[in-house]
Amino acid sequence: MTDESTPRYYIDELTVPAIPDVGEQPKPWEKTTIIGTMQPRVDGYERVSGTAVYPSDLVLPDMLYGAILRCPYPRAEVKNIDLTPAENMIGVRAVIAAGNLDRDLKWTYSSSSQKIETALFDPQCRFEGEAVAAVAADSPYQARDAIRAITVEFTEKAFIVDETNALKKGVPAVHPDGNQVQTQTYQRGNPAEGFKEADVVLEETYTTACEIHTPMELHGCVANWDGDRLTIWESSQGVYAVQKEVSRILGLPLSKVRVIGHYMGGGFGSKLQAGKYTIIAALLAKKTARPVKLVLTREETFLATGNRPPAHMTLKAGVKKDGTLVALDFRCTGTGGAYPAGGTSLVDWLIRDLYTCEHVKCTATDVYTNAGPARPFRAPGHPQGSWALEQMLDALASAIDMDPVALRLRNIPTVSQARKGSPPYTTTGLEACIQKGAEAFGWQKRRTEAAKNQNGPVRRGVGMGSALWIVGDGGPPSTVIVKLFSDGSVNLNMGASDIGTGTKTVMAMVLAEELGLKPDVIQIEHADTGTTQYATPSGGSKTVPTEAPTVRAAALDVKRKLLDMAAQDLGEKADRLEFEGDTIAVRGNPSKQIAVLDISGLNNAGVVVGLGQRGPNPKDKVINPFAAQFCEVEVDTRTGEVKILDFLGAHDSGRVMDRLTYDNQVFGGITMGIGFAMTEARILDAQRTGKMVNRNWHDYKLPTALDVPAQMTSLPIERPDDEANTTGAKGLGEPVTIPTAAAIANAIHHATGVRVTETPMTPVHLMVSFKDLKKETTDAA
Amino acid sequence: MKKRRSEEESSECRCRITRRRFLSSVGMGAMAVATSGSLSTESHSAMSATEASSDSMGTLLPLTLNVNKRLHHLLVEPRWSLLHILREHLGLTGTKVGCERGECGACTVLIDDVPRYACMTLGLEAQGRKVTTVEGLMIGEKLGPVQEAFLEQDAFQCGYCTPGQIMAVEGLLRRNPSPSMEGIRLAVSGNLCRCGAYTHIFEAAKRASQLRQRGG
Repeated sequence: MTDESTPRYYIDELTVPAIPDVGEQPKPWEKTTIIGTMQPRVDGYERVSGTAVYPSDLVLPDMLYGAILRCPYPRAEVKNIDLTPAENMIGVRAVIAAGNLDRDLKWTYSSSSQKIETALFDPQCRFEGEAVAAVAADSPYQARDAIRAITVEFTEKAFIVDETNALKKGVPAVHPDGNQVQTQTYQRGNPAEGFKEADVVLEETYTTACEIHTPMELHGCVANWDGDRLTIWESSQGVYAVQKEVSRILGLPLSKVRVIGHYMGGGFGSKLQAGKYTIIAALLAKKTARPVKLVLTREETFLATGNRPPAHMTLKAGVKKDGTLVALDFRCTGTGGAYPAGGTSLVDWLIRDLYTCEHVKCTATDVYTNAGPARPFRAPGHPQGSWALEQMLDALASAIDMDPVALRLRNIPTVSQARKGSPPYTTTGLEACIQKGAEAFGWQKRRTEAAKNQNGPVRRGVGMGSALWIVGDGGPPSTVIVKLFSDGSVNLNMGASDIGTGTKTVMAMVLAEELGLKPDVIQIEHADTGTTQYATPSGGSKTVPTEAPTVRAAALDVKRKLLDMAAQDLGEKADRLEFEGDTIAVRGNPSKQIAVLDISGLNNAGVVVGLGQRGPNPKDKVINPFAAQFCEVEVDTRTGEVKILDFLGAHDSGRVMDRLTYDNQVFGGITMGIGFAMTEARILDAQRTGKMVNRNWHDYKLPTALDVPAQMTSLPIERPDDEANTTGAKGLGEPVTIPTAAAIANAIHHATGVRVTETPMTPVHLMVSFKDLKKETTDAA
Repeated sequence: MKKRRSEEESSECRCRITRRRFLSSVGMGAMAVATSGSLSTESHSAMSATEASSDSMGTLLPLTLNVNKRLHHLLVEPRWSLLHILREHLGLTGTKVGCERGECGACTVLIDDVPRYACMTLGLEAQGRKVTTVEGLMIGEKLGPVQEAFLEQDAFQCGYCTPGQIMAVEGLLRRNPSPSMEGIRLAVSGNLCRCGAYTHIFEAAKRASQLRQRGG
């Protein structure tokens, strides 16, 4: 408690960085005292004490509970619906469905230009889990009872849930114009000629299963009206995005829709926008004139809140004996489900851009199926494309008898070949990630050691993969306000959500670094459209590179204002003053000074407010994060079980802001990648019912504490990217999960010689892949 | 190892409701119907959510819950889970809801010192038991040692599985103050973390073991 009462502006051991002239960009930090250290989270107390109120935790006076009736078929038409049994039930306060809404409301699942608009409750249900009706009741139990009491007459219709057959003749059409969403092509050079130059040409087909986000906090919100003003507490990655969508659909001015999302229990891309449930909660709250909490069940989130689309990929690749990659031809089919939702979005990006290659052709075909619409999922498209490309690189290396690491190092680009005009990267640590990662992991030694242990039934293997992430640069718009109180403590006001990545902590560190404070004296207000500044959703690994320079700009604005105020007190010109510890002094005449906390302007106004806005990114350059991951596995060829023994993630995401949350992010991304590789798959009963058969965590397996290595290594390839932004940081959250699955597959191949081309690599799947191997082992024995 | 298992089993047995006890609590409930059954037809505005709630037969049973050393006297539907009661009626929202079907562990609480899924425990089953939630680990405004260790080691990202993870580790350390790495991994293997903070959770459990033994 002792330092609570002492003035806080300026802490002895901290330096206050110089201020640039007005209109000039601040110089990069040379030596940092807070940034780059290991700082526990500024909101950690709330999260571990249980006092953090997540939207699903909110209990408002007089609050009701909502529930949604969903279509149980992959395709059906609602012929008739009888709400009366539900309406007459004890505790039921409102029932809504098509036909009893005050007005027609439109809904769209896609945020892209390719939109299909439907009614909010569309009688044409095009996927299992589509919303049909909703209730609000005194308890969640009563709400779910009421849902069961509603009788709906569905006409079941022919469906297609298997994307590989969606374009065949005679299959049911999801939409009147057929099942093709779009085919996108890309070409540079002449692949046909390129393959002629190659010494080795390989072709392989790869498949990745559909993955479901399943964040720990269920999707949902609490909605409450005060007259015509709506407040929504939403588990969201972006409150301003939710506000915009709700306001558009309900026809309300933005100022009358307040969205709050102080805490949220994970989203991974599935909570970037409002859900249909958000609108439904608002309608139920309006109808009952009471607050309504509508939190989906876990089963509903498996069906209706997004997924990473499945990918069926064929990659043909040509390489010269010296390791020069000369041609790539990539074809891919995917599905975003029943609506345009990016079914093949960015799947081909790594093929286009990761390695130097003169001749590249990519064709991606996105189709409709009667399945839940996709939503962006952590590094959309990239882990899928990586699954194909990184395994192919390994196969090529083997074919030309070259080390996989060496082959990759032979093809490092310094420009983004896939973009028009091949602009250079501001910085690229790809080569360093691969090289230094391999060294730190002990690549050569471990490959050799593992190879000695590959004759018995239990074999070891070592594999790797590298990656880049298409964005991770951040950019405008963003506005941040910093408020310096008269005792030197600070309030930071920003709209961005902290989705678990540590945004609040990193921003407090930026502010602390710039003002010479300790992060714990900073109070943060964020993620509230009513009281905090504009921010785009936290996604795309862009929150730190977007918000951190904005926070720095706001801090600099505070410092400039303090100089102006001190100038008045001292009777000097502001440009002759500089910060000296906790005082402002005349340059060259340190005896003429004033303590910051004595500045009359600060004391008269009570606060000094600084405004920061995100400036543009450099023109004609590309800002991307880069990565390489290495792992060792143990494969039991008798059971198909794989133990992942060790993982190392080498990442170039520019400057490391908080080493503690940085490492956590790396390990978390690898863990999610382990799930993508080993266990996760949406299973649809394609033949008979079209329904998802594993819509729960018992049958859809996430990695548990027993499925990850006990320890992993995070090796930052730290190169502050001074061209990228004034803090030198690039995004991290997505690259960390991109090469993981392919690295594991490469390690399994190293252990067994078997190339596994389909996820998930479950024991059953692996036993089928090992069939011939098993025979060999048995024969040998 | 063998001994520990038998202890666990006996603890589990203590929490299971016996047929005799179940019938007796239903009997008590039947008496309560006589006084509370008529409430359900009245307007909602005149009473609290607890009073107005009722199952299809209008049955509310009296329940005394000992949560974090406080006694709560409630009227509940027999089907209400402990999780629902903690979160929606007692305001103890540190205990999280992830699946309501015993798969994720976000709702882990201690019942008589043993980690249990509150979503798979009826409120009535917890009668006469000692329920501890994450709020109950606090020492006034100060974090308990396991909470402190989770904060120090950054053993979470979004924080939603965290109270459950903390309770699983607390339960582990109450029966084994110095667990091995394998013991730690097993103890939290019933608690999913989608952010994938497991390796930091292992470190936090080790650190918590130290802090507890120091009396911190």
